[in-house]
Amino acid sequence: MEKIYLDYASTSPMHPEVIQNMTEAFSEYVGNASSIHQFGQKSRGRLDRARRAISKSINAKPVEVVFTSGGTESDNMAIFQCARAHQNKGKHIITTAIEHPAVLRPLEKLESEGFKVTYLPVDSKGEVTTQQVEAAITSETILVTIMYGNNEIGSIMPIQSIGRMLNENYSHIIFHTDAVQAYGIESIDVKECHLDMLSVSAHKINGPKGVGCLYINENIHLPAMLVGGNQEMKKRAGTENLPAIIGFDKAVEITQRDQSDRKKRYTAWKIVLLEELKKANIDVRVNGTLDNKLAHILSIHLVGTAAEKLIIQLDLNGIAVSVGSACTAGSPEPSHVLQALHGQNGTAVHESLRISMGLNTKESDILYLAKKIIQLTKK
Amino acid sequence: MIYLDNSATTKMYPEVVETFATVANNFSGNPSSLHRLGEEASILMERSRIQIADLLGMSASEIVFTSGGTEGDNWVIKGTAIEKMPYGKHIITSTIEHPAVYQSMKQLETLGWEVSYVPVDENGIISVKLLEEALREDTVLVSVMAVNNEVGSIQPLKEIGKILENYPSIHFHVDAVQTLGKIPFNLNDYPRVDMAVFSAHKFHGPKGIGFVYIKKGRVLAPLLTGGGQENNLRSGTENLPAIVAMAKALRMSLDKLTDAPIQLEKQHKIIMGFLDNQSTVDVFSSSKGAPHIICFGISGIKGEVVVHALEKKGIYISTTSACSSKKQLNSSTLYAMNIPKRKAESAVRISMDVENTSAEIDQLVDSLQETIVKFKDIR
Ligand SMILES: Cc1ncc(COP(=O)(O)O)c(C=O)c1O
Ligand SMILES: Cc1ncc(COP(=O)(O)O)c(C=O)c1O
Repeated sequence: MEKIYLDYASTSPMHPEVIQNMTEAFSEYVGNASSIHQFGQKSRGRLDRARRAISKSINAKPVEVVFTSGGTESDNMAIFQCARAHQNKGKHIITTAIEHPAVLRPLEKLESEGFKVTYLPVDSKGEVTTQQVEAAITSETILVTIMYGNNEIGSIMPIQSIGRMLNENYSHIIFHTDAVQAYGIESIDVKECHLDMLSVSAHKINGPKGVGCLYINENIHLPAMLVGGNQEMKKRAGTENLPAIIGFDKAVEITQRDQSDRKKRYTAWKIVLLEELKKANIDVRVNGTLDNKLAHILSIHLVGTAAEKLIIQLDLNGIAVSVGSACTAGSPEPSHVLQALHGQNGTAVHESLRISMGLNTKESDILYLAKKIIQLTKK
Repeated sequence: MIYLDNSATTKMYPEVVETFATVANNFSGNPSSLHRLGEEASILMERSRIQIADLLGMSASEIVFTSGGTEGDNWVIKGTAIEKMPYGKHIITSTIEHPAVYQSMKQLETLGWEVSYVPVDENGIISVKLLEEALREDTVLVSVMAVNNEVGSIQPLKEIGKILENYPSIHFHVDAVQTLGKIPFNLNDYPRVDMAVFSAHKFHGPKGIGFVYIKKGRVLAPLLTGGGQENNLRSGTENLPAIVAMAKALRMSLDKLTDAPIQLEKQHKIIMGFLDNQSTVDVFSSSKGAPHIICFGISGIKGEVVVHALEKKGIYISTTSACSSKKQLNSSTLYAMNIPKRKAESAVRISMDVENTSAEIDQLVDSLQETIVKFKDIR
């Protein structure tokens, strides 16, 4: 049976070159990057090189990139530490209704501690507008955290425009974006977007799990969340995970190889899939719209089809897709993103599939998926 | 090359590297995904959890995976503080804890918690009597390390446990990062311990992975929140290749340790015997300490100078712990042991591993001899 993986937004397989580089690093870089002997110094040099490459990819300075254990830690650190360090200036935070749980759960925690959080609703495209953000700002607002691209429906937020507005009129407000899904697909420039913080996770771009980074603008004050040793410019303690950082570095290099080509490919395949389904008279609707989307993510509403049953059947046919995000840890709770888009009781909430593409995806995979959806929904 | 900096970090066993690569190549699913690839990943992860639990006499449900020792310590300390806030805000620890513990305490102090630091004797062993006197009605946590990372002193966990039997609601946390693969260590010998923190890169596993033991019935507020992985205790996409590699490293390390205590103790005796006979050497470790760590100084010579002198001879040791060796600060453990600053500045640490041969130890002793003689002239 064919095995077709179309769940890249959940996690992506490590690229063979990444595995190769890490495997070599395990024996090549023995020293602790904080040790003063030559092995330590060799590790330190390699660590700095990775930091330079990754910071360059978002137009940040090396000192502005702090390595973490992944997207969740980056988001938690950005939100908790910013809120706690700046609460003397106010206790209001603005976000959207469709953020990842790694952003929403910390915000809920802060609410229980007395912070006020505005959850901006999204429009039918799954986006918020700059005007919405501006209208929500109060004299108490200290942080705006809005994802770059959504992990379930792929909608892209107007980050550059929001950044410009904040920078022009509210430069004291800290601006964070969760770019875990967008990084590697979209070209991101933290300076152009006037971003103060940005979260990235390596395993979404064919890098290793357990590593990511948080960009922190050098002009903002963000104390460490994990404290201990003096690693990571005192912003994140813990023995540096150099082999994983080397793998991350490689993954970043790989994403840059054919970024625009990949975008075109994925976008074209979305249309192929929708056309195939429509040709077979399947009532299919895109959650959100097709344009201005993260190229690798497509969420479709198959009207009248129970999604959960369908993904099990697709799975039996060797195709891995998902209902919402994997990150709700296996719990098939209704997606808060689809609810934000269609209302709590919208039928789409239980009739939608997320298809997400990646490096190894081929057009034939998409055609096979279309064929199987047609067969299974017609039964 | 003779690597004697194993308390900073160890070299991954080739078999462990192989395991990592195999899992990275063949199990690309997200354990939280509902499809088969996710399920395969999840089964493998749970198998590793059971393997670790079996090796250490715990039950699998008592093990939570983290990104390493620093996260583990931060989590247990702050998670206890938050969870037990209604019952009190007093914590007891020692004066010789790793920065991951010490800095977490400092952070809590700024937030209104009160911390008692119980002193140690000249051998770096905590005073059980003073610890008992420090206990209060509102004490919620006692945090004492198992083996000190700078001088190797072994802490009296049994005695502390006995005292705490009269205080059943206090969390007893042990930073056990320097134990596994170094000395025989089984939590069943310390039934009163509630939480213990471990880090894989100290026992020939990968960096960026570790685990926390949480005794059944004990509750910790999570530190990283989001997708709800690890039973809602630690969010973030599970680092499967590193988890499986860690389980493998643990099994191998424990296997190799079976005969090693005798060998390590023999080597420890040889080095200690040699150092004790040098008129210009101060030995800071006690002969009753853990056999893998020896801390000493050539009087009047800065530790860094000695590290570099031995490095020229192909021998890699360190100035106390890697995490603090970047600071110009004296070793905090030595400071706590009342060693004068001038002497503490000379401190270096040899940290052995079961893989070190007697020939290597002989060569170390020869090189130390030459170095000591050389510096006698310089002084
Ligand atoms: C948008 C978004 N943010 C954060 C995360 C969390 O990242 P990680 O799994 O690396 O902790 C994910 C993925 O799970 C995500 O898609
Ligand atoms: C006693 C002790 N605790 C905690 C740590 C921190 O562990 P990690 O480097 O995995 O964060 C270390 C090592 O650096 C240690 O020796």
